[in-house]
Amino acid sequence: MNPLYFDNNATTRVAPEVVEAMLPYFTEYYGNPSSMHTFGGTVGRQINEARAKLADLLGASPEEIVFTSCGTESDSTAIMAALRSNPDKKHIITSRVEHPAIKNLCEYLAKTGYRVTFVPVDAKGRLDMDYLTHNLTDDTAIASFMWANNETGVIFPVDEIAGILSERDIIFHTDAVQAVGKVPIDVKKNRIDMLSLSGHKLHAPKGIGALYVRKGTKFSPFLIGGHQEKGRRGGTENVASIIGLGRASDFVAAHMTEENTRVKSLRDKLETRLVQKIPNALVNGDTDNRLPNTSSIAFEFVEGESILLMMNEFGICASSGSACTSGSLEPSHVLRAMGVPFTAAHGTIRFSLSIYNTEPEIDLIVEKLPPIIERLRAMSPFWKGSCGCAT
Amino acid sequence: MWEYTDKVKDHFLNPRNVGEIENADGVGEVGSLACGDALTLYFKLDDQQRIKEAKFKTFGCASAIASSSALTEMLIGKTLEEAETITNENIADYLGGLPREKMHCSVMGRDALEKAITCYRGSAEKKIEGEIVCECFGVTDIQIERAVRENHLTTIEQVTDYVKAGGGCGNCHEKIQEIINTVLGKEEAPARKKSPVLTNLQKIKLIEQTLEREIKPALNKDGGDIELIDVSGNVVQVRLRGTCATCKKSQITLKNYVEAKLRELVTPELMVEEVTL
Repeated sequence: MNPLYFDNNATTRVAPEVVEAMLPYFTEYYGNPSSMHTFGGTVGRQINEARAKLADLLGASPEEIVFTSCGTESDSTAIMAALRSNPDKKHIITSRVEHPAIKNLCEYLAKTGYRVTFVPVDAKGRLDMDYLTHNLTDDTAIASFMWANNETGVIFPVDEIAGILSERDIIFHTDAVQAVGKVPIDVKKNRIDMLSLSGHKLHAPKGIGALYVRKGTKFSPFLIGGHQEKGRRGGTENVASIIGLGRASDFVAAHMTEENTRVKSLRDKLETRLVQKIPNALVNGDTDNRLPNTSSIAFEFVEGESILLMMNEFGICASSGSACTSGSLEPSHVLRAMGVPFTAAHGTIRFSLSIYNTEPEIDLIVEKLPPIIERLRAMSPFWKGSCGCAT
Repeated sequence: MWEYTDKVKDHFLNPRNVGEIENADGVGEVGSLACGDALTLYFKLDDQQRIKEAKFKTFGCASAIASSSALTEMLIGKTLEEAETITNENIADYLGGLPREKMHCSVMGRDALEKAITCYRGSAEKKIEGEIVCECFGVTDIQIERAVRENHLTTIEQVTDYVKAGGGCGNCHEKIQEIINTVLGKEEAPARKKSPVLTNLQKIKLIEQTLEREIKPALNKDGGDIELIDVSGNVVQVRLRGTCATCKKSQITLKNYVEAKLRELVTPELMVEEVTL
């Protein structure tokens, strides 16, 4: 069965164009870019070409790009670099809805002597800007706010945040893992000091990421080793994947308009139809400021894992904010921070699209999902019909 | 992705005995929407006092639905005395096993069965026995003790897998460990310190008193001062004044002194946050 893949915020298909660009770097151009010989040196030039392509996608200069192994490494590198280069400052400010790569790191740092402020969001997942502004201190070493939320797709006002932070001269890092490739990004527009991204979210392979570090930002490497990446990240380059990320940067740039028109309208159609056909279905998050590919819908009084597994029978792949799928017992911290009631949080499903999705796939989900929800609700002791009342 | 057995998948995709029984002889309700799973179990007896019909309604994940379905199958044809002997392990075994993290689904089945039988026998619905240990999921010391004893659990993680306790904020981990130790006979049952349960109003008053009587005088000595801004849940928001406001060590004061003092004298869950303008 061909999967109906609607889980692109988890990972994406590597574009065939990307694979094709990568292949020669396994068996043909396998030299080490650090070598003195031409065989290796040529590879080094190709890496820099890939670097330039990725820089173009972000509006950055090539020398501002540091390749890493993943989004998490980029995030850790950014936070730790800011803390090490400001040893006197012991305060970190971030949001309550960050990806675990930031959230868990900050919680860890909170136990080791740093003070961390987690800025709340409102019911639609919008950042409390007053709270943010009022909690900046002279002791603040770094502010880290995601560009777009992985679960709801809600986009934070990065420009505004950058403005506030640059006035206070506080380092601004943004985890843009979900945004890069989906919405236009220009780091020059505002003072963004560091920006994390991950290859496999934009049709490059898993195992490659990058960190943008604005020229002039104090930096300290996370992986200490060789002189690779100008001493900013030790370790022999993941050549083929870097080439892949470069090619993928061109690929998503070329499809940016499509992502924000065709893909967006597929997402809107899916969401509208599902909410129309299924009673007590609610869209989570700020629909005015959202990634074009993401839809988070709560189906009240049923549980997310059950929905996912029943959709799985039809080859439909999505993910859920429910507790049961993750192995934790509480529903997603993002939905809880938004104050989504438990009735809805446990039954939240995230659909995330890519340019590879098609209209017939949408129609199939719109056909298959309503009976699944109905069936699970018929089994649920809380469901008393579509009046919305529960015991 | 969970590794569910074929039998779990079968009972999830084709659940047996879904529904309610009107005029049931016994009904048992457990769980809640907040907890993420809930089960209502119904049974009806024939004239030989055997269970002739058992039905369920479940809100929850695949293994919760499968455990409920399996339980109803296991019940039909049994006397109540026989049914009473069913353990959560039996339910899991019937399904060919459950992932470790999902064992609480089988415990939920067993709990619903017990409640339904109690309901039939007409003994007044038993009050929650024991003392709540895990506030997040409302699990009592007696429930934890029983799960530890019956399933030979040795770690907090296992307790969470079986009865959910400790799976939320984590504040109760110490207490859970004490219970495990007691059951395993490692230690004499510790004299449980009864930390008083405070109402919001009592808590806020106590925080105010502690700030006025203990903390302010100490800070005043160094020319500093502190003001209470708000209390929301267990987060105490304060503003530092006087020399504290400009002191580089104020964060240390806040955590190591103010928070520690409030935790000691009010309740150990408190967190202190500074509000700056």
